[in-house]
Amino acid sequence: MSEALSPRIVIVGAGPAGIRAVATLVEAGLHPVVIDEGQRAGGQIYRRPPAGFTRTAEQLYGPEAAKAGALHALFDRLAEEGRLSHCAASSVIAIHEGRLHVLGESGVQVVSYDRLILATGASDRVAPVPGWQSAGVYSLGAAQIALKAQGVALGRRIVLIGSGPLLTLVGAQLVKAGADVAAVLDTSSWRQQMRGLWGLAARPLVALRGLAMRARLGGRYHAGVTLERIEADGKGVTAMRWRDAGGRQRLTACDMIGMGWHLRAETHLADLAGCAFTYDERWRQWLPKTDRMGRAGNGVYLAGDGVRLLGADGAEIAGRLAAAACLADLGYQAPSTSADLRKLARVERFAGGLARAFPWPAAMVRALPDAAVVCRCENVSAAAVREGAELGSGEANRVKSLSRVGMGRCQGRYCQLAAVELVASQIGCAPDAVGRFRGQAPVRPAPVGAFLREG
Amino acid sequence: MITAGRIVRLAESDRAEVHFFLDGQMRGALAGDTVLTAMLASGHALRKSEFGPEPRAGFCLMGACQDCWVWQDEGPRIRACSTLITEGMRLRTTPLENWP
Repeated sequence: MSEALSPRIVIVGAGPAGIRAVATLVEAGLHPVVIDEGQRAGGQIYRRPPAGFTRTAEQLYGPEAAKAGALHALFDRLAEEGRLSHCAASSVIAIHEGRLHVLGESGVQVVSYDRLILATGASDRVAPVPGWQSAGVYSLGAAQIALKAQGVALGRRIVLIGSGPLLTLVGAQLVKAGADVAAVLDTSSWRQQMRGLWGLAARPLVALRGLAMRARLGGRYHAGVTLERIEADGKGVTAMRWRDAGGRQRLTACDMIGMGWHLRAETHLADLAGCAFTYDERWRQWLPKTDRMGRAGNGVYLAGDGVRLLGADGAEIAGRLAAAACLADLGYQAPSTSADLRKLARVERFAGGLARAFPWPAAMVRALPDAAVVCRCENVSAAAVREGAELGSGEANRVKSLSRVGMGRCQGRYCQLAAVELVASQIGCAPDAVGRFRGQAPVRPAPVGAFLREG
Repeated sequence: MITAGRIVRLAESDRAEVHFFLDGQMRGALAGDTVLTAMLASGHALRKSEFGPEPRAGFCLMGACQDCWVWQDEGPRIRACSTLITEGMRLRTTPLENWP
């Protein structure tokens, strides 16, 4: 075998992008290393339950069952045939000088690479709503993961808030599974949603499926709402206080709230790998810079929602493209990419429609009361962020040091965008002028003991 | 076995029962439950916030928010959303008072 001579390519993340990248490399005769936080490959959207669960792929993934099944089967076959190395339940916590520091059950190990493909995905883009630190408030993704991977609803009476495709999807999935969904509250108005129509028409079947799911929500769904606050007692959430599109005050009793405004790219590792970033106006967030294929320079490639928020289908395409770029750069015969590049353009147009139809609630964040919590990790208030904005002259990392927003255990993943919005509003500048929080290793909390065995 | 907690089981309830200890009290769960599912099947919170008065019960369930770390009797903390419950596991909602 020429394995020792062939370049070592490491892929981080085994979701749709990571799996397609792996398969493309294996087809070219390479033996990639896959590092993934999941127990089983699949990522979040096609997440698999633990062994011993019995629901079918159709029950778990609905209309996407065939795609999910194909990805799972492909990965499992390549793993069984010994054509890849799979580090499951492992987190890359640092990248330094071409080496990854990987936290697994046996401690931290160092893995070197010649080429690195990051397919780290995304998590919910959340915006603070007063009271969101209460027990029983979850991300929309959490509600979906609980249902898929555990077969549970996270509450007895559920209210979903936010905007974006996941809002409708999670609502419909919960209703179908028998959960009590009291209300689905969309901060985007019908009129705003119509503005995304031209882009959404790029994938008419997907758009129609979304509308059909919306129809299944019936009277639970309300567009153009204003979210006032989450009511809670000593045990957790008790109600959602909101105003409907007509301005009427509403109070919906519930013990669980799921929230999310579409997605936020997971970019910490791209940052540590030295990628350049650019502020994306469409997505209202900082994204790593790559070419069309996913090349970020210095032997690093990015694919999937961690670089462009295109969803699972776009991630599969991007995974193949990044691997093809990697192969071409190494002098290997790369598969043809013209069809994938055409498909990429179509999913990008669709994603642009989604971004327009379901925008980030900038005005809501800017109007946040002073007492509201912005950082859930350390309960940093909006007042503290505003004060930090003045003292830190509106620069993201200075505001972070002064107010501690973004310094908690999630490392700013769930507060950064809101904090930047508040700072921009306080200083009177655009969000991109505030800058972005620097990524810091370790990107996941790691026990000190894990480093004692590092090697 | 399972008293009213935060979560509702909608499917997959035909699994073997496992037992664990929470603050010294025996609780029941199902094999394949995460620690988060197991704890919230019969309770309403995982821990108390260090920075506010409110209890916490997790947030993202995908290992990103770090809101669901819980203590174990023997010291090390675990992330409840990404750790499966095992028979005899001993968990705590607060750190041991005499922890070194």
